Amino acid sequence: MGEGGVIAGQIFNGISVASILLLAALGLALSFGVMNVINMAHGEMLMLGGYLSYLACRVLPGPGGFLVALAVAFGGTFLFGALLEVIVIRRLYGRPLDTLLATWGISLILQQGARSLFGPIGVEVVAPHWLNGSVSMHGTLAGLDLPYVRLFIIVLAIAVLGLVALFIAKTAWGLRLRAVHQDREMAEALGVNTRTVDLVVFALGAGVAGLAGSVLALISPVTPTVGQSYIVYAFLVVIVGGLGSLVGTALAALLVGLFSCSLQIFTSVSLADVLLLVLVILFIQFRPKGIVVRRSRAIEA
Amino acid sequence: MNHRFLLKLSGFALMACYAASILAGAGARPNVPPSPAPDTPAVKVGVLHSLTGTMAISEVTVKNATMLAIDQLNASGGALGKQVEPVIEDGASDPAIFSQKAQKLIQQDKVATVFGGWTSASRKAMLPVFERFHSLLWYPVQFEGNECSSDIMYSGAQPNQQIVPALDWAFQKGYKKIFLLGSDYVFPRTANLILKKHIVQSRGTVAGEEYVPLGGTDFSSVISKIKLAGPDIIFNTLNGDSNVSFFKQASAAGMPPSKLPVMSFSIAEQEAKAMGASLVAGSYAAWNYFQTLDTPANKKFVAAYRAKFGKDAALDDPMAHGYIDVMAWAAAVRKAGSFEPDAVRKAAAQLDWEDSCMGKIKFAGNQSLYQTAYVGQLEPNGDFKILWQSKEPLMPDPYDQLAFPGKSCLIK
Repeated sequence: MGEGGVIAGQIFNGISVASILLLAALGLALSFGVMNVINMAHGEMLMLGGYLSYLACRVLPGPGGFLVALAVAFGGTFLFGALLEVIVIRRLYGRPLDTLLATWGISLILQQGARSLFGPIGVEVVAPHWLNGSVSMHGTLAGLDLPYVRLFIIVLAIAVLGLVALFIAKTAWGLRLRAVHQDREMAEALGVNTRTVDLVVFALGAGVAGLAGSVLALISPVTPTVGQSYIVYAFLVVIVGGLGSLVGTALAALLVGLFSCSLQIFTSVSLADVLLLVLVILFIQFRPKGIVVRRSRAIEA
Repeated sequence: MNHRFLLKLSGFALMACYAASILAGAGARPNVPPSPAPDTPAVKVGVLHSLTGTMAISEVTVKNATMLAIDQLNASGGALGKQVEPVIEDGASDPAIFSQKAQKLIQQDKVATVFGGWTSASRKAMLPVFERFHSLLWYPVQFEGNECSSDIMYSGAQPNQQIVPALDWAFQKGYKKIFLLGSDYVFPRTANLILKKHIVQSRGTVAGEEYVPLGGTDFSSVISKIKLAGPDIIFNTLNGDSNVSFFKQASAAGMPPSKLPVMSFSIAEQEAKAMGASLVAGSYAAWNYFQTLDTPANKKFVAAYRAKFGKDAALDDPMAHGYIDVMAWAAAVRKAGSFEPDAVRKAAAQLDWEDSCMGKIKFAGNQSLYQTAYVGQLEPNGDFKILWQSKEPLMPDPYDQLAFPGKSCLIK
């Protein structure tokens, strides 16, 4: 494989890592931006999505089973997110530290629950046969293989990003969401039911994370701690992207994905993690509000 | 809720406590003698493995094999005419707990010896406890060597009995360009340090060396690097679930084990079964025991284990070591005529060659085990087909002479 192939391959890997990060971080960015809630159990939504698709694939092992699994993962985590919002998050608004502690506790409960139910060893979702195989490059990029699984994840992430953007920009719910994001009190005064908006935002974020867990299951086993290995990067993405900005989150995911993959090829995986953190810390020094700065009373308050 | 109600509630609670204490007192009956009759006293031994936490999946089966050996020992009359009574403790996958429980077993239960441990971290945590009390630990798992204590019997493979023979085999097969891939902790780092020296000495090439944090799941960059390096074989010291991620992503990227050979040092029958053998089928592994070993001693061992723990149970290398540790301890006790740790460990090193389930074995003067190295290839049903074995049992050497020149293990 030539130099060009390696660079192209790493760009592809970077985009593929970025897609998973985007799906994992989207919900975090939404709930952080709109509700000012830091959800420490967000990684466990990923895990939940993974286990739900595992169960769905066991019930429906056929080639279309995985598409059903995606829907089950989204729907299941959406409902779980809604439940979580109603039972816990709603009661702790305006108390960020309490929310932090409570959601951390929930994350521990969910991890241990998964360990008791499914065991400490990961379970596997076998990719359907139409996702096996890869696109082989020719010419200057000869030797480079782009696995269908990773292409699928990239396409799915772009589709989800587009749908969420459409939802926010074009629907009545999106309008209410933007109103609450810009000025919660005023939106409330004008008759927007902020509680329902919060519920929808939180559940949607959880659902998208569930999708992330579902596609992640195609490339690695689902373990009780699978969320933990992605949540740190998801937080980095949210911080770099700017709170509550869809474009910022997408750009930041791409940046983090590409950076970590290009660092990994020149150094080692462990060192790349360290360098990535250093870069993010430096970045925050110069742009404390992230790539895209949104003026919002909700955040400044 | 008013105060009166609360008062009533407390009253009830108090009465309940009182009644419970009377019942408990009645149950205690101090005049009844303790259950084991005094004329046939038992000797206690500790069995210390992780029964909960991440390591439980591997260690519970070693505990089972240890218990099987203790049962068989008791059925044939025990040790020095005493029944052997196991005291089972849970190390909970936490080195600090291993150390606490080891101390508890020695001080409180007064065990004659302890069988246990898996991770190097757990062994390192227990080492000072056994040295302080001059007790004896039987450690059943292959490890990185570079340690030598008179209070531990290291039956698991030393580097020169597992990783170095695997390298010799690879060279024989013509695999000279080797890529080293591992999880980022002590065993892979030390194993690869030794491997690199031997690769250079045998005129092979190190195509690359990569470490992924424990539990790492993304191998896209590592796979690019492997492709770029174009090795003949990968020497894999990844641990646990990272293996599944690696094999899945490598296969998706057009590098299944059938195209690019992988030699793994942490995948045995148990792990292959848990991961789904079809995923890792075709890859190689180096151990000192395979379930498929075709000897009468092994067939007996497999049959006895399956009779006790289910007919589909998988057996692997650390389990075989857990089993032979108990048998070697009993033989050494018989030879020494005593349970005293110092006498037992000296007697163990003077035992004759034994035809065990693993082949011919014998403890050396450095308290590690002479044993045969095997290379196997994983088949889709989860069994290993044995491809190669060392000509004779290999002398254990904790200090590889190329990696740690001048160091040696002297135990008096």
